[in-house]
Amino acid sequence: MTTAVQAPTPPAKAVGPMRQDRRRGVGRFAALLLSPTVLVLALVIGYPIVSALRLSFQVTHQGINPTTGMVENTSHVGLANYAGIFSGDSASQFWNAFWNTTTFTVAGVAIETVIGVAMALIMHKAFRGRGIVRASVLVPWAIPTAISGLLWKWIFQSDGIANTVLHTHVLWTTEGFHAWGAVLIADVWKTAPFIGLLALAGLQVIPGEVYEAAKVDGSGPWRTFFRITLPLARPALVVAVLFRMLDALRMFDLPFVLIGAHKHSVETLSTFAWYEASNLRYGTAAAYSTVLFLYIAVVAFVFVKVLGADLIGRGVEGKKK
Amino acid sequence: MRIKRSMARRAVAALGVLALAGSLAACGDSGDDSASGAKPDKLTGVGPITLATGKDTTGTLNEILAEWNKAHPDQKVTLTELPEDADQQRQQMVQNAQTKSDAYTILNLDVVWTSEFAANGWVEQLPENEFAMDKYLAPVVKTAKYFNKLYAAPYASDGALLYYRTDLLKQAGVAKPPTTWDEMKADCAKVLKLPAGKGMSCYGGQLDKYEGLTVNFSEAVDSAGGEVVGSDGKPNVNTPEAKKGLDFLVDGVKDKTIPKDALTWKEEETRRGFESGKVVFARNWPYIYALMANKKDAGNKVAGKYNVAPIPGLSGPGKGTLGGHNLAISKFAKNKKTALDFIKWFTSEKNEKTWLTKNSQAPVYGSLYDDPALQKQFPYLSTLKQSIEKAEPRPAIVNYGDATAAIEEQAYAAISGSKSSAQALKDLQTNLTKITSKDK
Amino acid sequence: MTSLPPAGASTPLAGALAADATRAATGLPVKRTRRAGASPWAYAGITVIVIYCLAPFYWMVVSALRRPDDQFSNQAFPWPISLANFESAFKPSNGFGRALLNSLVVAGLTTILTLVIGITAAYVLARLEFRFKNVILAAIIATSMFPGISLLVPLLKLFVSIHWINTFQAMILPSMSFALPLAVFNLTAFFKQMPFALEEAAQIDGASPMQAFRKVILPLAAPGVFTTAILTFIAAWNEFIIALSVTNKQDMRTAPVITSLFTGQYGYDQPFGTQMAAGVVVTIPLVILVLFFQRRIVEGLTSGGVK
Repeated sequence: MTTAVQAPTPPAKAVGPMRQDRRRGVGRFAALLLSPTVLVLALVIGYPIVSALRLSFQVTHQGINPTTGMVENTSHVGLANYAGIFSGDSASQFWNAFWNTTTFTVAGVAIETVIGVAMALIMHKAFRGRGIVRASVLVPWAIPTAISGLLWKWIFQSDGIANTVLHTHVLWTTEGFHAWGAVLIADVWKTAPFIGLLALAGLQVIPGEVYEAAKVDGSGPWRTFFRITLPLARPALVVAVLFRMLDALRMFDLPFVLIGAHKHSVETLSTFAWYEASNLRYGTAAAYSTVLFLYIAVVAFVFVKVLGADLIGRGVEGKKK
Repeated sequence: MRIKRSMARRAVAALGVLALAGSLAACGDSGDDSASGAKPDKLTGVGPITLATGKDTTGTLNEILAEWNKAHPDQKVTLTELPEDADQQRQQMVQNAQTKSDAYTILNLDVVWTSEFAANGWVEQLPENEFAMDKYLAPVVKTAKYFNKLYAAPYASDGALLYYRTDLLKQAGVAKPPTTWDEMKADCAKVLKLPAGKGMSCYGGQLDKYEGLTVNFSEAVDSAGGEVVGSDGKPNVNTPEAKKGLDFLVDGVKDKTIPKDALTWKEEETRRGFESGKVVFARNWPYIYALMANKKDAGNKVAGKYNVAPIPGLSGPGKGTLGGHNLAISKFAKNKKTALDFIKWFTSEKNEKTWLTKNSQAPVYGSLYDDPALQKQFPYLSTLKQSIEKAEPRPAIVNYGDATAAIEEQAYAAISGSKSSAQALKDLQTNLTKITSKDK
Repeated sequence: MTSLPPAGASTPLAGALAADATRAATGLPVKRTRRAGASPWAYAGITVIVIYCLAPFYWMVVSALRRPDDQFSNQAFPWPISLANFESAFKPSNGFGRALLNSLVVAGLTTILTLVIGITAAYVLARLEFRFKNVILAAIIATSMFPGISLLVPLLKLFVSIHWINTFQAMILPSMSFALPLAVFNLTAFFKQMPFALEEAAQIDGASPMQAFRKVILPLAAPGVFTTAILTFIAAWNEFIIALSVTNKQDMRTAPVITSLFTGQYGYDQPFGTQMAAGVVVTIPLVILVLFFQRRIVEGLTSGGVK
């Protein structure tokens, strides 16, 4: 292997000797520049999250006034909204949704990553008409989810084109594994380009010289891919996969539009929380959302740990041999 | 440099950053608004209002609104269009109430939402003496009331009809449409023996797992002499009668009287199934009557070859489930006097007639069904009137969303064969009891 | 100088890196021959990918072009072709044209603001050393972990109380906040890969830090910036539930919202053909726009860059 892979610099170390004197100034400067981002996120997401957290501890008992018929709710602070996860009727629904969320994410993101990277590698090749390829890769991602959900619903109807092409007669939208599969197919189709585009951008900053050097070294295509392309494109790819995971774990509208509300085979934690909220159980909805939030945080943490993703440290790590 | 510090510490700190914004959250939400006593509040305020409803493509709504707006230039009604999807319509209206917004003045409520909106104090009680209560079809009024008080004005009704193939029944030597399930199956068997009946199934309805399944299940139970929720408001679905009703659907799917595809059918799929000759009989709403007569598309094999009858039952004509919409006034709106005046005018007999003639919308006034001129234009009117007059409203449960989900759940389990009908009804009784006991 | 990169990352290589990145970004046909691009395998792969991406879309186009009466046909080619679905999508009472314009404004402003804020934040996070940096990064990504649907009601309450209903900012701000975490992380990853030496060299040449950033780093990161822009634009363009909930006037509504309001010709009729036509209408200009801007944005970013 050549040394070229070690190219880019670890900038974190590069702040240099002036660090000590400048540190406070840098901090203030950084705070200033970061404040718009933090402000926007705090207002639009931080505030709702905090109010949802508060709501999740507010236990509401619905009562109906026997003479007027009016709803009279009493509420107190407690953990009952969370207790529903472990006992009672809602527990099995919760864990079913948890299982679906997990399987959709694992299967979906794995397939999407493979397809997405393949897309990126092909788009990165020089050939005539690659504009068309880039345009067509954009298409699935560009169609609004609500509309692509409808499109797939149409495709998967009992007398739809999927059954015609496959010469089957599967009732895709009924409860069962096939419904899960239908959602997965539609999801992979839509989101593989997301990974493809981000991975492509990652590939584009790899210097051509690196490949030439590898060629000189007599490295075969697979070896080049695994020892050069993948490590160098890794920062971009890791971000892509991480964010896909965050999104897949929160999957909402596809199962909803494609198969229908409250169908257990495709119910995810997001749709389940929505279902609770739509039946005015805001407390439990907030509790489920919070649990999902924690679950995602754990998954993201594990992902970052396992892949050693350099999200915070320096960019490309030199390939140690 | 990899991530070194403990994620936990960071997460805590991250939440701290969020909490920075969280101080904002202090001005959060309050509890509920317990609503007023027995008498309706005086509806006051005159001025512009809005009507929140799904879009009407025919333009009839705009014409009617224009007429009002011309006569009432300072009390103009603006249309606020809601999504086509019923669940999304309800979600938007609930959000409107949650945020106590005055954006929506008049709400176009599905009949099954009345109890929920009334009980939560989201809509105003209406003065009964200002509406022609005695002219409405009786079951329709029930859907607009909660705890015997009027919370919405009846505006559109809907009832179940049995569509049947006149050509095929005639060929099979059947003189009149069936009135019981057994008759229907027998008639069907005759039709399927015909060359023209090859590959057909007998009956289709809305059996996908959605609100339509609740409708079809309730109809089956009611038509067998059972009930889902008794007149005392208590669930009573674990009975032999209810089982006979549910078994009509379960056995139908099992013995292929009902095509397996029907498990994915909603209203439109049912229409297409009937149109393309998949089924001899179909349960649907009146809207498809005129549609199938005019359709020129290749899939329509039934133009001029069908008619309607009351839906059949176990031992005589069945009982349908009521559909339709009512208009209510949002608690949080301004200019409620105008809203009331508008609703009264909008749901007048004259306008209801316009809705019928232009949009084939089932009126709420009994007299319109008996009008000979209208009957000529809409031959199904007298059958529909029978259907609506006999119909049962769906259970008036505050937590209707939970109740319908429980019904869909168990009915679907039985129909798709994953549970016996006896077990499904037992479980449904348990679940519904839990849901309604919250109602106290 | 201690700030020099370790051995191996010599300046010539960094220069080559810069030049190559610029080329890749602009799509200029330089050095295209560096790998055997046109092998039959590559073309097979290209074909598979194009078919994979476009087959369902083809079905969408075909469904949109059918006559409403043929809507349920499974014929691979619509015949006779009809524009009836497009006509009903653009019926004046739908206000679909206006909605497209609104979408353009919302998505355009969201993208610009997200990029400006995101690039600033990412640069700071990639280049400066300061306390709580990791906390901030964790907090930013944490905002992508809460189910969006559960943010809706509190957000709506907030917007109602500050009278933001029927305003563009009520749609732009949420879209920005959904896009920002990805933008910041992605751009941070790119900035980190850029050789610090280049920037420093520029500063030694007399460029201000700002100039150095604009003329050296940004062009190098162009592919990342551009990809972020596309993803942000598309996400904002397609945002539905917030845009639906914070507007109730037709002339403030965006294209996906208007599409959801389409109804069939009668009760229960799902206006599938019209919705597919609307889908085609919102997708194709988007793709064209992206391809068009690909040139423009990237050229803009790289002009005056490393020559």
